Amino acid sequence: MNEAKIRTEEMLLNMGPQHPSTHGVFRVVVRTDGELVLESESHIGYLHRCFEKCAEGNNYLQVVPYTDRMDYLCAMMNNWGYAAAVEKLAGIEVPERAEYIRVIVAELNRVASHLLAFGTYGLDIGAITPFLYAFRDRERILKIFEKLCGQRLNYSYVRVGGVTFDMTEEILADIEAFCDYFDPKILDEYDNLLSYNGIFISRTANVGVIPAELAISYGVTGPSLRGSGVQRDLRRDAPYGIYDRLEFDVPVGSGEMGQLGDCWDRYMVRMREMRESIRLVRQAVKDIPEGPFCDKKAYRAVKPKAGEVYKRVEGARGEVGFYIVSDGTNIPYRVKARAPSFCNISILDKLTSLSDVMIADLVAIIGSLDIVLGEVDR
Amino acid sequence: MNLFSFTTFFAQTGKDLGKYAGDIAGKWNSGDYEGGLFFAGFIKWLLSTTEVNSAIPFAGTVNGLMTSLSADGSIFPELGALLITIGVVFGFVNVFAIGAVWSERKVSAHMQCRLGPMEVGPHGLLQTVADGLKLLTKEDIIPRLADKPLFALAPAIVFAGVLMRFVPLPFGDKLIASDLDLGLFFVAAVGAVEVLGVIMAGWASNNKWSLFGTIRTATQMVSYEIPIGIAFVTVILCCGSFSLMEIVNQQGGMLEEFKTTNPCQGWIWHWHLFRNPFMPILAIVYFIASLAECKRAPFDLPEAESELVSGFHTEYTGMRFALFFLAEYAAMYLVAAVAVVIFLGGWWSGIYYLDVVGMGEEDGFLVKTAGVLIKVGVFLSKAFALVFVQMWIRWTLPRIRLDQMMYVCWKVLLPISLLCFVGSCLWELVSGGASVFGFGIVVK
Repeated sequence: MNEAKIRTEEMLLNMGPQHPSTHGVFRVVVRTDGELVLESESHIGYLHRCFEKCAEGNNYLQVVPYTDRMDYLCAMMNNWGYAAAVEKLAGIEVPERAEYIRVIVAELNRVASHLLAFGTYGLDIGAITPFLYAFRDRERILKIFEKLCGQRLNYSYVRVGGVTFDMTEEILADIEAFCDYFDPKILDEYDNLLSYNGIFISRTANVGVIPAELAISYGVTGPSLRGSGVQRDLRRDAPYGIYDRLEFDVPVGSGEMGQLGDCWDRYMVRMREMRESIRLVRQAVKDIPEGPFCDKKAYRAVKPKAGEVYKRVEGARGEVGFYIVSDGTNIPYRVKARAPSFCNISILDKLTSLSDVMIADLVAIIGSLDIVLGEVDR
Repeated sequence: MNLFSFTTFFAQTGKDLGKYAGDIAGKWNSGDYEGGLFFAGFIKWLLSTTEVNSAIPFAGTVNGLMTSLSADGSIFPELGALLITIGVVFGFVNVFAIGAVWSERKVSAHMQCRLGPMEVGPHGLLQTVADGLKLLTKEDIIPRLADKPLFALAPAIVFAGVLMRFVPLPFGDKLIASDLDLGLFFVAAVGAVEVLGVIMAGWASNNKWSLFGTIRTATQMVSYEIPIGIAFVTVILCCGSFSLMEIVNQQGGMLEEFKTTNPCQGWIWHWHLFRNPFMPILAIVYFIASLAECKRAPFDLPEAESELVSGFHTEYTGMRFALFFLAEYAAMYLVAAVAVVIFLGGWWSGIYYLDVVGMGEEDGFLVKTAGVLIKVGVFLSKAFALVFVQMWIRWTLPRIRLDQMMYVCWKVLLPISLLCFVGSCLWELVSGGASVFGFGIVVK
């Protein structure tokens, strides 16, 4: 048959908001030519809960639970970002022990979050078993958190002036046991099962390549930025808490399996970060001092002077920043949150237009950016 | 309630099919129904094959059993044997599917540090039965904008396409629905019917995701039929027969002409897998291609749940969905059984002393029965072992992409299988026929 006579048509495909691989209520309208994605248009806002407006109606301490619900997979970092901003605004000194506890819970939470990213990424690529392995290990962390603060997801544990509850010796022992259990898992199970699997590499290497300049220009942060080979980690570059006293490396993508900044690099940065987090937790658990776990006054009420502050911490997905304006009352005048997922996902449409992307690749790219829709929409 | 829904479903389906058949016939006569032409051709072809087959007596399952026990195949009238054969094959497919779904869930569960179904029956044995009943009671939804005749027909075509392939497939010595002269050809040819049903399902659903699944299925199944076909051709060339019975018999090394020329009777090296150095490679090629043929991971692109939601059967509910499901599991067994027939010695266990049980002329009824049971057991265990490997692979590997799927087929499997084909030809030429891996040349 004469090829010119076959009538072909571009198709508009609506991916989401109910789609297994958009990691929540995220919608991408893709213009496809067969399996090829020609153009994509992201639509967000299905999970908008007016966090910033709610924050204007509650006092400083009451805002903390709202921050949990932003990035619900690493709530500790959100709590910490907000608490650190308020502490800076009100000039509150955080006790030494609380700083150590914060590092421990934040890094454990980072591991839990990266585990989920690892598991769901496996699902996106079509491997179901790694997901269950990841959940098995994540469950141990959640059990520890449950013991610590009674919550498994929305902890509200890091609060202004310190943390909500003290960490007992028993929980510290649990954490050490977890570190011993988990450290070999990454190499033995995860890397063997998924990271260096030939099919997995062929699905993720050279797919969704983000050049470093492009990533920076779009404000991509966190593992997604480091996957492009950019050495930037707030824990090291703008240390907060006690990170300047701890030893850790910042893993970056190296283009091992394909081009620098492809999906595999981003994925691998997360796998390596888990190991660094365990290293951090071990150090913090070893050195944790005795003392109060929260500033007594700040535990009850906070009333900063009029002014404004921006404070950022390194979340599991990138830079979590809080900009707070105070008018001198106990209720914030304005809170603006910088959500890393929101900035990271903005690069998606650019990526699909940059190179030939198939539908399966689009799923791989969304997964490798590791977005949390609760944070994208706030 | 269940029984009620069951009956209403079938009543409804019967009514629907009647209506749609009329619909199709109307369109067909007026010449606007292109899809119908295929069926016309297909049915004609099917009729012609049965005509050819009528020369061969229906060696129905029970008939076959009787033949092997009493050396007199005419105990049952042909129609009765036919009905029983259909019943046995259909029953086997259903029971196997139920068991396979359960074991798939258990296998995956134990691979993933879970328990799997534990509630319904001991170790959840009846879970699939419960699920099946649930599917029966589900509402049968046909989307408003779907192409109703095609939509209703598609699951039946897919299931029938798989079921028909069981016709020339043996379950043991002489236990076969019909020993077609063109058995292996029939298996390959009827396999295409399933593709058609899948395409119908995806197209009729009027859903873009289903359409993607459909196109993927069409590309995948049509492509992978070629390496499979070449594997078949190579085996046929070595055996000089299309009949699955004959192919298996040759691997037993029991044939008269072998007995005189070959001192090693009925051992594992008589299997085609060891016939020449190219056969093991070809067996692997066949196995990989057969995974793609029955849409199993890592070739599960047609129903890639993380990309296409559920592929071509996204819009299906209840019993129609269950038919797709049944067909998938039946196809799993089928490709495994075909692999056992053409490469792994069929019902021959590869151990001479086990294989000769019940083979003697003077053996009594009990010994003969034991022999039949051993052969059935050996055949099924080999096939189930391969099915387990399919499951194992599914729960270990990620899914490949469409372009990689095509690459694997056309640039890897096809050249390799062609090389093996040519190599086998040369090997047969040099070693002169009944060669055995390593031994052939020595014996000659």
